[in-house]
Amino acid sequence: MTATVDTGLFGPYGGRYVPEALIAALDELAQMHQELKNDQSFAAELSHLHKTYSGRPSILTEAHRFADYCGGARILLKREDLNHTGSHKINNVLGQALMTKRMGKKRVIAETGAGQHGVASATAAALLGLECVVYMGEEDTKRQALNVARMRLLGATVVPVTAGSRTLKDAINEAMRDWVTNVETTHYILGTVAGPHPFPVMVRDFHRIIGDEARAQVLELTGALPTAVLACVGGGSNAIGIFYPFIDDKSVRLIGLEAGGDGLETGRHASAISGGRPGVLHGARSYMLQDEDGQTIESHSISAGLDYPGVGPEHAHLYDIGRAEYWSITDKEAMEAFSLLCRTEGIIPAIETAHALAGAIKLGKELGPKATLLINLSGRGDKDVQTAAEYFGMV
Amino acid sequence: MATSLERVLHQAKNENRAALIGYIPAGFPTVEGCKRAIDVLIDSGFDAVEIGYPYSDPVMDGPIIQEAADQALRNGVKAKDVLATLHHATERGAAAVVMTYWNPIEQFGVDEFAEAIAQAGGSGVITPDLSFEQAQPWNESAARAGINTIYVVAPSTTDERLRKVTGITSGFIYAASLMGVTGTRTSVSHSAQELVARIRQVSDLPVAVGLGVSTPEQAREVATYADGVIIGSALIKELLGKDFDKGLLGLQELALSLAAATKSANREVRGVQ
Repeated sequence: MTATVDTGLFGPYGGRYVPEALIAALDELAQMHQELKNDQSFAAELSHLHKTYSGRPSILTEAHRFADYCGGARILLKREDLNHTGSHKINNVLGQALMTKRMGKKRVIAETGAGQHGVASATAAALLGLECVVYMGEEDTKRQALNVARMRLLGATVVPVTAGSRTLKDAINEAMRDWVTNVETTHYILGTVAGPHPFPVMVRDFHRIIGDEARAQVLELTGALPTAVLACVGGGSNAIGIFYPFIDDKSVRLIGLEAGGDGLETGRHASAISGGRPGVLHGARSYMLQDEDGQTIESHSISAGLDYPGVGPEHAHLYDIGRAEYWSITDKEAMEAFSLLCRTEGIIPAIETAHALAGAIKLGKELGPKATLLINLSGRGDKDVQTAAEYFGMV
Repeated sequence: MATSLERVLHQAKNENRAALIGYIPAGFPTVEGCKRAIDVLIDSGFDAVEIGYPYSDPVMDGPIIQEAADQALRNGVKAKDVLATLHHATERGAAAVVMTYWNPIEQFGVDEFAEAIAQAGGSGVITPDLSFEQAQPWNESAARAGINTIYVVAPSTTDERLRKVTGITSGFIYAASLMGVTGTRTSVSHSAQELVARIRQVSDLPVAVGLGVSTPEQAREVATYADGVIIGSALIKELLGKDFDKGLLGLQELALSLAAATKSANREVRGVQ
């Protein structure tokens, strides 16, 4: 399952499709990633930050009242929403920021859609004394004005991107251009398991702590492995993080929930696997939304964090070999699940995460009370209050 | 059999001068307008043209080429337009190649794309984001079609990797003058000359320098040490946001002065191969 070190291929997916100028930096990163895997001092440093700064291990919450709406299946929530900065993103960012220090670089750049990865990057940069520039599509800076202010409060420079569709994919393009130009002094903290090798394996390795903890927690609580593990998938970082340690547990179904927007049949969605086909985007081959010429098609989702036309290459491979399933959840289904969790458990989830909850409602109804469903509650919904209030006509 | 591009580069070498190569995206400012711009370049003394394949996510390109590509895509430019533009250039007798990001090739079909380039009289394809590790299928298809595979190398490319990349390159080696994206610059980076010298250590292929070469002075400077001078953004700037006929006159003026400058460069005599 693991990509080979040299090429970063997952079956026919992944690899490197980047300007030659970036190859040396990617090689350096890949080599450092390999070395640090066996470096006790790095592991200790990261683990210390997890315990004393971001709040790990994150807890497991059993959702008894929500379970009533899931066919009585046992529902276990892995609470990544309780991490510092409000989502799983901090796991990867702290790891990459520490690597930046080891490489002797003083500047980090990041892309962000909803702003969660940008906020996490700005946070880690403040903590470790790094200069931080965050690229964000101009459309997203308007949709997520509060997160722009959060990043600026943390000392980061936020650059609105006015090229192309002015959303996450264009923010990634702009970050890549900055990186090509400033690669000697700058590390690019890519926020998901996409992009050229070694990012998909490296970001996965920083997030697998979610699945490692959750697997042990579920075993301790229930004495058995879960029936299924569910997580929302945009680029796919929180999903691969919780899936990865379960990959060899063949009895455990792995289900990724993609953003279905207005519905797959409308063409207005962000479901790269359920509604796209293989191609190359942002430095790697994977499933993506594209026209017949290979031009990227804009994605649509109520959730800014899932509003991305591609998906990480490891997910493409897990799908092809039949190890993981990918379902598409519409905006409407996600918002119903969002509302339900708020009212039954007193937890406001991120709208991204609500897609995973909607998947659990479907699967629970299908499997009934014997099933145990582990859901990655990847982020909290504070950032989405405005969107949700508008959606439900509360403001 | 040698491609037109190889013949043109060989001829320039025989004349002890650098070849001048111009870049313009197909469909910019319109499909027909692009063809007229290509005519201007050919008539002004450009040795070869690169037809850009406009792409939705051009990570190698700065603001000028992004805007031109965006405009072309908004005009609805498709693969057939790129090939028709290539055909137009080669019918005019020019050596012409296509420069494209990888995904459009993969979606067209790798074998089919190479064959279509050859059918349109094209000499080859420049693939700026096709890394050495992923290049084999394309190299095989291009070889079958008899077209050149032109790869980009950068100042950060190690000597070991230069050997690998130049080993799969034909036509010419595209030397990126600096670490960065396409666009006009006030001066040509010193790293360009160093990179060309390093390439000479490992390859006998012609070397053309691109990225940030904008003015006749810069073209003359690059022509003293490189086998080819590539101009892109500066040409496009003449047409961007301007009345087309006026823009075309500006393009002609710049193209003529670039051609004169390139041909007047003082070159140390390099032996003909």
